[in-house]
Amino acid sequence: MEPFKFIRANDPRGAISSMAGSGAKIIAGGTNLVDLMKLNIEKPTQLIDINGLKMQTIETLPNGTVRIGALVKNSDLAYHPSIMKNFPVLSEALLSGASAQLRNMATVGGNLLQRTRCPYFYDTAAPCNKRVPGSGCSAIDGYNRNNAVLGTSKYCIATHPSDMCVAMAALGAVIHVQGPAGSREIPFGDFHLMPAQTPQYETTLKHGELITSVDIPPMPYATRSHYLKVRDRASYEFALASAAVILNINGGRIKDARVALGGVGTKPWRATLAEKVLTGAVNSEQTYRTAAEAALSEAKPYKHNAFKIELAKRTLVHALKTVGGMS
Amino acid sequence: MDKNPHPPIEDDSSSSSSGTSRRGFLTQVAVAGAGLTLTPLLTGAKEILPGAPPGPAQTSTVTLTVNGQKHTLNMDERTSLLDALRENLAMPGTKKGCDHGQCGACTVLVNGRRINSCLTFAVMHQGDEITTIEGLAKGDELHPMQAAFLKHDAFQCGYCTPGQICSAVGLINEGHARTDADIHELMSGNICRCGAYQNIVAAIKEVKNV
Amino acid sequence: MNEIVGKPIDRVDGRLKVTGKATYSAEYFPKNMVYGVLVLSTIAKGRIKNIDSRQAERVPGFVGIMSYKNSMSLHFPQGADPGAGKFAEKDLLPMQNNRIYYDGQAVAVVMAETFEQAEHAASLVKIDYEIEKPTVGLEGNLSSKYKPAAGMGGAQIQAMRGDADAALHSSEVKFEQTYTTPVYHHNAMEPHATIAEWTGDNLMVYDATQSVTGVRSLLSAMLGAPSDKINVVALFIGGGFGSKGFTWPNTILTAMAAKQINRPVKLVLSRQQMFTTAGRRSQTIQKISFGATSAGKLTSTKHETISESSFVDEYVETAGLATNMLYSCPNVEVSHSLVRLNRVTPCPTRAPGEAPGTFALEVAMDELAYQLKMDPVQLRLVNYADTDEGKSKQFSSKNLKECYRRGAEAIGWAQRNPQVGSMREGDYLVGYGMATATYPANRSPSSAKAILYADGHAEIMCATQDIGTGTYTIMTQAAADIFGLPVEKVQVKLGNSAYPKGANSGGSQVTASVGPAIRAAAVGVLEKLKKMAISDNASPLHGHKEENIFASDGRIHLKDNADKGETYTQLLNRQGLQKVEALAKTNVSNRQQTESNPAAKGTAEASAEEESKTNPAVQEDEHVDRKPYSFHSFGAQFVRVLVDPLLNRVKVDRAVSVMDIGKVMNLKLATNQIMGGMIFGIGMALLEETAYDPNNGRVVTRDLAQYLVPVNADMPQLEVQFIDIPDPIISPIGARGIGEIGITGITAAINNAIYHATGKRVRDLPVTLDKLI
Repeated sequence: MEPFKFIRANDPRGAISSMAGSGAKIIAGGTNLVDLMKLNIEKPTQLIDINGLKMQTIETLPNGTVRIGALVKNSDLAYHPSIMKNFPVLSEALLSGASAQLRNMATVGGNLLQRTRCPYFYDTAAPCNKRVPGSGCSAIDGYNRNNAVLGTSKYCIATHPSDMCVAMAALGAVIHVQGPAGSREIPFGDFHLMPAQTPQYETTLKHGELITSVDIPPMPYATRSHYLKVRDRASYEFALASAAVILNINGGRIKDARVALGGVGTKPWRATLAEKVLTGAVNSEQTYRTAAEAALSEAKPYKHNAFKIELAKRTLVHALKTVGGMS
Repeated sequence: MDKNPHPPIEDDSSSSSSGTSRRGFLTQVAVAGAGLTLTPLLTGAKEILPGAPPGPAQTSTVTLTVNGQKHTLNMDERTSLLDALRENLAMPGTKKGCDHGQCGACTVLVNGRRINSCLTFAVMHQGDEITTIEGLAKGDELHPMQAAFLKHDAFQCGYCTPGQICSAVGLINEGHARTDADIHELMSGNICRCGAYQNIVAAIKEVKNV
Repeated sequence: MNEIVGKPIDRVDGRLKVTGKATYSAEYFPKNMVYGVLVLSTIAKGRIKNIDSRQAERVPGFVGIMSYKNSMSLHFPQGADPGAGKFAEKDLLPMQNNRIYYDGQAVAVVMAETFEQAEHAASLVKIDYEIEKPTVGLEGNLSSKYKPAAGMGGAQIQAMRGDADAALHSSEVKFEQTYTTPVYHHNAMEPHATIAEWTGDNLMVYDATQSVTGVRSLLSAMLGAPSDKINVVALFIGGGFGSKGFTWPNTILTAMAAKQINRPVKLVLSRQQMFTTAGRRSQTIQKISFGATSAGKLTSTKHETISESSFVDEYVETAGLATNMLYSCPNVEVSHSLVRLNRVTPCPTRAPGEAPGTFALEVAMDELAYQLKMDPVQLRLVNYADTDEGKSKQFSSKNLKECYRRGAEAIGWAQRNPQVGSMREGDYLVGYGMATATYPANRSPSSAKAILYADGHAEIMCATQDIGTGTYTIMTQAAADIFGLPVEKVQVKLGNSAYPKGANSGGSQVTASVGPAIRAAAVGVLEKLKKMAISDNASPLHGHKEENIFASDGRIHLKDNADKGETYTQLLNRQGLQKVEALAKTNVSNRQQTESNPAAKGTAEASAEEESKTNPAVQEDEHVDRKPYSFHSFGAQFVRVLVDPLLNRVKVDRAVSVMDIGKVMNLKLATNQIMGGMIFGIGMALLEETAYDPNNGRVVTRDLAQYLVPVNADMPQLEVQFIDIPDPIISPIGARGIGEIGITGITAAINNAIYHATGKRVRDLPVTLDKLI
């Protein structure tokens, strides 16, 4: 690990001004960053510990929006009574991720910035455009069982690993950031980037900006929601495929639908094509199947991960059945 | 029977490019000869060539409260909490199994909550109450979870055991495990390669139901 | 009789383990110690052109770097004792030249004052390679396969009886299929770790090893240092599963590095490094063919195995060996071929040979049963082997039929609908599967020392190891019974090469090998005590006959009158002795590779051999004629799986093992061992696989997030039963080892259950959900 200068920030302003240098990084839970630092994949020259900042609260605003501080631990968010009751999809997504210990460490803000688990990204001796731009992608012609089928480019096929983000994509969360130029809000769908030609850029967060909180807008029908994660091992593994589903069903018809997929996309994958099929359609298994086909219609398989396309469809159908009361 | 087509490897130690003798114990570092060229492993990679010296390691004075006892250490800021315990404090009860949060052997309790001590820097824990396996027993009296692990033979080699026990204590503190399936799930961050899971769950259930 | 053996007592080392006080090899702190970090090759084949350590040397705290350029020269370890560990790669002594034979080969050791500094400096070492095209992938290189002359230690690996081809040709029912298993990694929780400290010519080594004497003998041979100046200690080992059975470069390099800088060095492999520098299980391609009558009687069996090894040693995964003895069949052909690849050398991995071999054989048997429309258990009974037809010997003890019966009863085999895909529970498909488990019951020469102290406690010393299997505990039980002492009064000391040499902790042999030696050493002490008492006027036992004297409750006394006797303390105090000790060595071996050699003069083993000539326990043990016997453990494993038909997720719901392993030394520990084997088998069947990059041959799945071992949530409800009939031939204790057998049937049983549930037969492990879609 490269040496770094360790700074404890006492307030957001301090954290932001400490980030002025090019090599500065924020550390909160550390579960991803320390991992990557140990492998010399991340090499911050300055590490700003923001755990002393007051961003650990979950509050419900008068309009029903739930505001989650960026430093709220994954486990605290998952077990929060109002999250469990009003947004089960989020609670389930969080609890399906990592392990109890890691959930006690990992923060909401950090989870938004979680980096891929592509094995070639993790191997500093292997070419990887995300880690070393221009070096090439080892996964495309290599071992790519766990890589993405949606949103890939010829430069990168790395999967976005977060479960929480998939639920948040479906919930239409809004990310609050503070930077040298003031505060701004980033709609969830605009936060993560697809790799295109520049897989090293993963989010629209600007250098020097600090995530302060995440808003979950009110969505009364989200009480009827579910996160289904499919993986090889029964626990403690990243998704092969996952689906976050929220349905508003009225009189046998689907009034509104929110669908996002995990484990298959280069970013948390809001499946708008599936939502279009579902919205206004009869609540039936046939509708679910059509929606699943639509969700994966643009998928591109690689040598070892073609199964993910079928698996993701089935995962989505399964999750829709659970929420739609068809199982 | 076919002949082994692979004869033993020839000893080509004479090809040693530095020309330095390998014989005997050398205490000096052999420096490569002239004409140094580095072939980047990554074609087209932006390789940083030697030049700027590595930055100096930063050290900090940190006071860690481990099992109720305060230890003030001057340490490299890169030291993980796990290495601070095992190496700096010579308390190797907490184990290193993967060093990347993928096995749970390093689980300790920080302010009562279980975490992977490998994925956090020691300097981040000034003022925290850290409990390790060494701090669970009261003198000769085992913590109920330790006693239950012993009684149910909830381990074999014992290497994952401190992490399992700390994790199990954390699980009880957290209070989210209602069913056996919950225990299985909430203990899945602690790998036991010997496969003593059934006994681990039995031990936890015994303590939980008291 | 004292009967502590067989009792399910708690682990004697359990308290140390639950309090974090058990000391593993990386957990010593010699003064002035530095941290060593390995630098590994990042290419699979080629040469090092240059090593540039200038940046590394500028790291504060940097102490030194060792590579082929400046390392001491090593000797090939011909003289090392093959029975006690083996250097993993016979043709690749570490850091002796610039050649690279596999990805992740150790190329340098960087040393610094702290771990952080050493890691940092190691990351700054730049290595310039001349890259050659590696031989990548087993499937694409089958044309280079050859038949090795022998397996490990000269084991015979090509076998033929009758004419399998002719019999197959003329048989009523024919079956042929190919099965494949991937590379697996042991992934013991404790990484390989070594601390080496030289004091003058004396070398102290703490090493995570399954053989302290093996490491000592290799260090001695390779470094050219006298064996009696080397001490290797491994008090606690955090699992081995075979990876710590061979000695890998890290151990040798640590000793070399410590010599180079003249300071103690600690070197622990990272988890990632364990995927390339500490062995693995070989990939296999296995073709099985059966000829049978329509009644299911086997007439022909062929088992061809192709496995792969490195370019630096020849390790054969002997998958076909069990096929030579498991079923009765007049015509059998077993062959093993090898392909060389640019990968690290494979090594024994829990049930080497048998684990992948019984997977193929027992799935094939299941397939044959379905083809014949026969019950899979019935097919096995029809072909039950009453003798070892491969060796033409009788089994020392075999109760496999009872295993089938009890296992079937426990799982509810009779209630299953044999029709494939016919059973459901809620949304899940239900499947039942079974398989036979078997593993050889090995025994090697072992010696031990026993000491009885005047305060009434006993000590046992043996240079074997407890790798988590319970050796400390069951040896305590064995000794306690001889001495008639409670277990608290017996201290067993293991894991130190200074003790009399015991078996290495591999091949399920420790209990059968070390147990008799420890028992004999204790008997030796007891004999001395009896003689003392008999000739002591003041003893109540004065003048009595030895055979009438018995030990119990810390006393020796008349067999038929317990009141007439005295405590050990009384006897020894009166004799003015602080202790009485005895050495014993049992030279019994049923392993080809450990045929006993007489111990070198002046060693503890030589004294033990001498003393054993008059030891009644050794004499009785060694005079048993074991030549007519074949030694195997057996078992039946039954599994119930649930398969989610939409997502193809497989959940092993219940698993039952009924094991015939001779005498059960400690039911609690034995049950745990078998359960562990079953969990290991779940990993092998459903989760684990080491993937290699198809282009450059480098390991891709190099951590525990990519290489999936079973977690708590993968665990089924496990049930273990034992037949518990002592093996009358293997040793006076009657126990056979159980470390391996638990994994040998379960993988096939799971596979067979998945077929029963889904109708899909996956012949390529692991059975991940993508293969079921």
